Amino acid sequence: MAICKKMKTALAAAASFALCGGAQAKEGVGMAEPWQLGFQTAVTPIMEQINSFHTYVTIIITLIALFVLALLIYVMVRYNERANPQPSRATHNTALEIAWTVIPVLILVAIAIPSFRLLFAQYDFPKADLHITATGSQWYWSYEYPDHGITFDSIMVPEADLKEGQPRLLTVDREVVVPVGKNVIVGLKSNDVIHDWAVPAFGVKLDAVPGRLQSTWFRAEREGIYYGQCSELCGRNHAFMPIAVRVVSEEEFNDWLAKTKAASAKDDPRHLAAAQE
Amino acid sequence: MAHPAHAEHVHHDHHPAGIGRWLFSTNHKDIGTMYLVLAMIGGIVGGLLSMGMRAELMEPGMQVFGNPEVFNVFVTAHGLIMVFFMVMPATMGGFGNWMVPLMIGAPDMAFPRLNNISFWLVAAAFCLLVTSMFMPGPPGTNGVGGGWTIYAPLSTRGTPGPAMDFAILALHLAGASSILGAINFITTIFNMRAPGMTLHKMPLFVWSVLVTAFLLLLSLPVLAGAITMLLTDRNFGTAFFDSAHGGDPLLWQHLFWFFGHPEVYILIIPGFGMVSQIVSTFSKKPIFGYLGMAYAMVAIGVIGFVVWAHHMYAAGISVNTQAYFVFATMVIAVPTGVKIFSWIATMWGGSLSFRAPMLWALGFIFLFTIGGVTGVVLSNAGVDRSFHDTYYVVAHFHYVLSLGAVFSLFGAWYYWFPKMYGYMYSEAIAKLHFWLMFIGANLTFFPQHFLGLAGMPRRYADYPDVYAGWNYISSIGSYLSFAGFIAFLFGIFYAFARKQHAAANPWGAGATTLEWTVPSPAPFHTFETLPRIK
Repeated sequence: MAICKKMKTALAAAASFALCGGAQAKEGVGMAEPWQLGFQTAVTPIMEQINSFHTYVTIIITLIALFVLALLIYVMVRYNERANPQPSRATHNTALEIAWTVIPVLILVAIAIPSFRLLFAQYDFPKADLHITATGSQWYWSYEYPDHGITFDSIMVPEADLKEGQPRLLTVDREVVVPVGKNVIVGLKSNDVIHDWAVPAFGVKLDAVPGRLQSTWFRAEREGIYYGQCSELCGRNHAFMPIAVRVVSEEEFNDWLAKTKAASAKDDPRHLAAAQE
Repeated sequence: MAHPAHAEHVHHDHHPAGIGRWLFSTNHKDIGTMYLVLAMIGGIVGGLLSMGMRAELMEPGMQVFGNPEVFNVFVTAHGLIMVFFMVMPATMGGFGNWMVPLMIGAPDMAFPRLNNISFWLVAAAFCLLVTSMFMPGPPGTNGVGGGWTIYAPLSTRGTPGPAMDFAILALHLAGASSILGAINFITTIFNMRAPGMTLHKMPLFVWSVLVTAFLLLLSLPVLAGAITMLLTDRNFGTAFFDSAHGGDPLLWQHLFWFFGHPEVYILIIPGFGMVSQIVSTFSKKPIFGYLGMAYAMVAIGVIGFVVWAHHMYAAGISVNTQAYFVFATMVIAVPTGVKIFSWIATMWGGSLSFRAPMLWALGFIFLFTIGGVTGVVLSNAGVDRSFHDTYYVVAHFHYVLSLGAVFSLFGAWYYWFPKMYGYMYSEAIAKLHFWLMFIGANLTFFPQHFLGLAGMPRRYADYPDVYAGWNYISSIGSYLSFAGFIAFLFGIFYAFARKQHAAANPWGAGATTLEWTVPSPAPFHTFETLPRIK
């Protein structure tokens, strides 16, 4: 009974989502949907490439699994002791053994070629339009825009303070804001233990390791807000240090930059403290 | 010598009784039984921990655990217990000890006292690990919450309390136990085979134990070294993993996974051996492509040592390093494919009887295939970018371990139960157990692929509401599996209460290995006169 009720709620949620979907066509959806079966909608070229490669590999592995299943069902039906009381003694078939060694190799080559293309594309850093640095701490992210002198902490909004429509465990007090269609290089640092900065819709996931500065990049091609969550176990509140990236038009971005720069020094006591250090 | 010859003779007939029989046991069968009991206790504790996790995750929000760190402690203890105190004691300690001497026609293991200390070390290790759950760990909480991978610096500065030191010592003891066990197995298999049993005539289960013993012998010292470094980082001011003083947290990951990847093959390879015995027995046919099967395990073992960093694609290792590990990891699919197809070919033309052990073996073959092909997906660093540390990974490794290794263990249990204890199990309860677990485990883990695809990170005590649906299904499935586990325990009780005596060979013409030539239950001493193999 409970499960039926859940299914219904989920269907209703999906339906209402489909209805509003039209109005929001321009805004990307930066989180999963109930009962989702696949990846979140891709908004970067890399994530699109991940998505199509994954579809390709999933077709191959599904066929392999079904093939094995079909063979199993066949032997269970054809060679059960009622159907085949007298077992054969065959223990070798060289041609067959070569075939099931060589054919998997060929399948793997067919997977490996696009796989390497995807891997090297992910590390093919374009010329940066914007640099940001994300620093993981237990248990929040801090962001820095080194070229614009902006720094701020981004902390999860507790359930009690959420406004209408803000998703639980994903909403933060201050989002990262980036311009649409621009190459953003994200530097990753950590203050304490290993954290991991991940945004599924961007196809980005990289550990923030103490003592190392590592970087990744993305180019978001649709405006909207995109959520991610810390993806390396970091202690008690590992599940409560989300990542929220707001992708906006270039004009909005410049407005935001100007406003944030002006407000940065005087409004936020945390940054005053940080500046004095 | 001080002891006359007849004392030696008396010693041979000696059949110890009472508590001394177990405490000081040097008999491979008794030690095997003690390992199996330990594995069952480990399975109950580890299973209850997973029930706690699934109860918490059944719905969004925090319901069961007030403190998310306690959830992390459950995750960690579940992983460590299932690996070190359930699967390993059952495969190597339990079935390995029981069956290797019987299958090669040896009177016992080469070093019976070493065998005894191996067992008691792992029992002590289990006590230490359980104790660690109740010792202060991270600030304000008890236990180790760093996951079974105990990544530094969460396991050094992040967990100042002694819980981590207890866990490290537990791993040290368990590791020492396994190293001693591995030495014992290698020596036994190389030196004590019955006349005429060449390496290429050994049953595949013995091959699988031999390969696993080498993996243990080569990988556990690396873990021992790594956790010693962790211990000195924590307590004696060294800085192997502390970047502030010139160390590097990634060093821990390399060392851990250099052990950790062979470790997952340590968990599954004995399962390959068990499934081979079962499939051959219940198809009434010899194994198809025996040499290919044996050397596929050797190949998996060897390649297993050079693929470790595929667990670290998101850690920030260079792109060329990632490319190498993609390639090396994919290679493992080839010998694994050889095994899957050889099992099917063994059944092909056979005369299959679907007794309980065979059901588990068939379940193993199909579910291990699913876990295997998702492993091929994950081997691609490019797409692992999306999957790393999500539920897709959780689904993958539970398909190969929870539905792979564990299914092979249950298959082996029903297969060898009549030989070990002399009674037939109840076929009806065994089949009920199988179906509850088969449906339950699939219901638990298949939807987790969807959760991972949708981006749900693993080791989360609470998750965004959109992931509620599949988590609900997954929890229902896990309760069903647990019901299956209760059926398993009841089946044991029932078999011992019913006392239906088993024949020396209850399986008929298909069971051709040496253990079926001795009476059921196998007498305290077997093969005092060595059998001759044609």
